[in-house]
Amino acid sequence: MLSHDTAKNLYTAMLRCRLFEEKVAELYPQKEMKCPTHLSTGQEAAASGVCAALRKDDMVFSTHRCHSHIVAKGGDFKALMAELYGKATGCSKGKGGSMHFVEPEIGMMGSSAIVGGTVPLAVGSALASVLQSKDKVSVAFFGDGGLEQGTFHESMSFASLKKLPILFIAENNDMATCTHLDVRQPYHELYRHAEGYDMPGVRTDGTKVETVYAAAAKAVERARKGQGPSFIEVVCYRWKEHVGPNTDYHLGHRTKEELEMWMAKDPIKLFGELADKEKLLSVKEQDQIRSTIEKQIEEAVAFAKSSPFPEPAAMFEDM
Amino acid sequence: MARELKYNQAISEAHVQSMDRDPSVFLMGVGIADPSGLFGTTLEARKKFGLKRVFDTPMSENTLTGVGVGAAMCGMRPVLIHARNDFLLLTADQIINHAAKWSYMAGGKLKVPFLIRAIIGRGWGQAAQHSQSLQSLFAHIPGLQVIMPVTPHDAKGMILQAMQSNMTTVCIEHRWLYEKTGPVPEEHYTVPFGKGRIVKEGKDVTIVAISHMVLEAMTAVDELSKAGINAELIDLRSIRPLDESMILSSLKKTGRLMIVDTGWKTCGISAEIAALAAEKGLRDLKEPVVRLTIPEVPTPCSPALEALYYPTPKDIASAAEALVKGKAAVHAEAAKPAATEAGKPAREKEFTGPF
Ligand SMILES: Cc1ncc(C[n+]2csc(CCOP(=O)(O)OP(=O)(O)O)c2C)c(N)n1
Repeated sequence: MLSHDTAKNLYTAMLRCRLFEEKVAELYPQKEMKCPTHLSTGQEAAASGVCAALRKDDMVFSTHRCHSHIVAKGGDFKALMAELYGKATGCSKGKGGSMHFVEPEIGMMGSSAIVGGTVPLAVGSALASVLQSKDKVSVAFFGDGGLEQGTFHESMSFASLKKLPILFIAENNDMATCTHLDVRQPYHELYRHAEGYDMPGVRTDGTKVETVYAAAAKAVERARKGQGPSFIEVVCYRWKEHVGPNTDYHLGHRTKEELEMWMAKDPIKLFGELADKEKLLSVKEQDQIRSTIEKQIEEAVAFAKSSPFPEPAAMFEDM
Repeated sequence: MARELKYNQAISEAHVQSMDRDPSVFLMGVGIADPSGLFGTTLEARKKFGLKRVFDTPMSENTLTGVGVGAAMCGMRPVLIHARNDFLLLTADQIINHAAKWSYMAGGKLKVPFLIRAIIGRGWGQAAQHSQSLQSLFAHIPGLQVIMPVTPHDAKGMILQAMQSNMTTVCIEHRWLYEKTGPVPEEHYTVPFGKGRIVKEGKDVTIVAISHMVLEAMTAVDELSKAGINAELIDLRSIRPLDESMILSSLKKTGRLMIVDTGWKTCGISAEIAALAAEKGLRDLKEPVVRLTIPEVPTPCSPALEALYYPTPKDIASAAEALVKGKAAVHAEAAKPAATEAGKPAREKEFTGPF
């Protein structure tokens, strides 16, 4: 059974992810956020369930679809929104944009637009934690496409060999751009890979954040005790197009009915209902959380829009 | 009236014609059989030849490159396509250690006729990992051919040339060329490698431009003529082999050499061409060589910095003018990005995707 605090954390994290990206989707057509933007709307339970099991100093690595990972880890809306607007006050001073969110202060160690690119980096951070005799845990977030890279398999093997404190989190949304998983990989149950690398592997339901959280909490405990890595598959659905604020069923590779089926299983709605029913978090509390977040996001937008662009000389800084 | 095609249509036609003539040709790559067909370059081929010869691959780029090498040495003619040339870096081992070496290590008994296409991205904040221009990295390697066609005509002709070659070819295209149109013959034809193209003859200064920078330089050259400067513009189009004789004979005529590249300066193609002038054309040089490239930093995302990052036609024209007037060194000092006009690249409407 979840505690009130954990329920509140999970609900807040998911709603923060959702409302942040809904605001991005709303404002993107103004063409002021000039960077390719991959939204994770519908997939929030993965980031939220995992990050709720982490400490602030645990380290997270992400992909091109990085917004929810950083938001769930506790990212600063202002710095993120400003980054999307290419401003000097952004989380990477306008250098990185949507695909490269980073905030080391909260353990968000960066995001790569090269599929599979950050999986070994997460392994490296776990190795550093061990070499420094710390008990920090690392997390590699990646999509189902990440499993197609050699870096994934080599990382799983090395992390298992060295019993490193790391969680491999595969968000299986069945899709890479417009290509289904069954065109790219021999089987759908990604968690089965874990067995070959001699580590626990579980499949969780990305519409039920409590299942993701339970699996992550167990894996984190194991990692912190020095018992090695775990693999968690989160089955989920990307509501939006691969890149951009719109839907994509008009392209014909998936259907509107399928999207509607998944939207009916909205992880935030489902968890809100569960939390209310189980008397963990009342609807009234949920509404308060929402209005606080909405206010923060409005402030972040105002901050981003009014922030200055980087000076030309900034081009040559930070090398 | 010659028939006009867009650059992506010309590529598409090259694929279809080579597949028609040669059953050993097949196309593969991440997302190439999806609804967008890699910016329209693979749609026709997929329609005509089906998913057996035009297929999506997993994001296992290095291995799929090796798969291409293996298939090529066993009688096939694979074409592997990447949406960005940045992804070639994942495949560098198979390209450089394997594709480029196999024939030599086998004493010529095995050939690797393999075409690898990849695109340079630019604009809309695609940033450091999606806007690199990596031709020089591959041009360094004996055993590879590296081409960068600029016109639709050359895109078709050079791809068809690659399909007849027994070596591995890396074809690096620029995303901003894809919508450009130009005359393209309907029949099958080839454009040989190692031959540049004189875009415009002139006598005052030689401008060697690469990929999309050829278009920027064309605008610059028009500006220069208005100022009474008659520049000769060369579209390099083949990076390895390099058309040394075209560059040297143009230099002999003009006495001044400027290179404009989409890539970085250090160890870049512009360095190679400057070295060529130093080795074989020193006595023809009236002034030091001038190189215009992107600055020595990764591509920034912010539109405020991105606008300063790329050489513009104006930058090219003013640098060429300074060179002709013997003031190139002074000009280079003054043209630091801070002083450059933070404008949009001339003639281009803002690029907003698809990426
Ligand atoms: C190595 C590499 N290959 C191809 C791409 C182009 N690309 C960007 S995202 C993407 C799909 C990724 O799918 P997945 O890993 O499942 O993540 P999702 O987009 O579903 O979050 C592709 C093909 C890339 N960025 N990097």
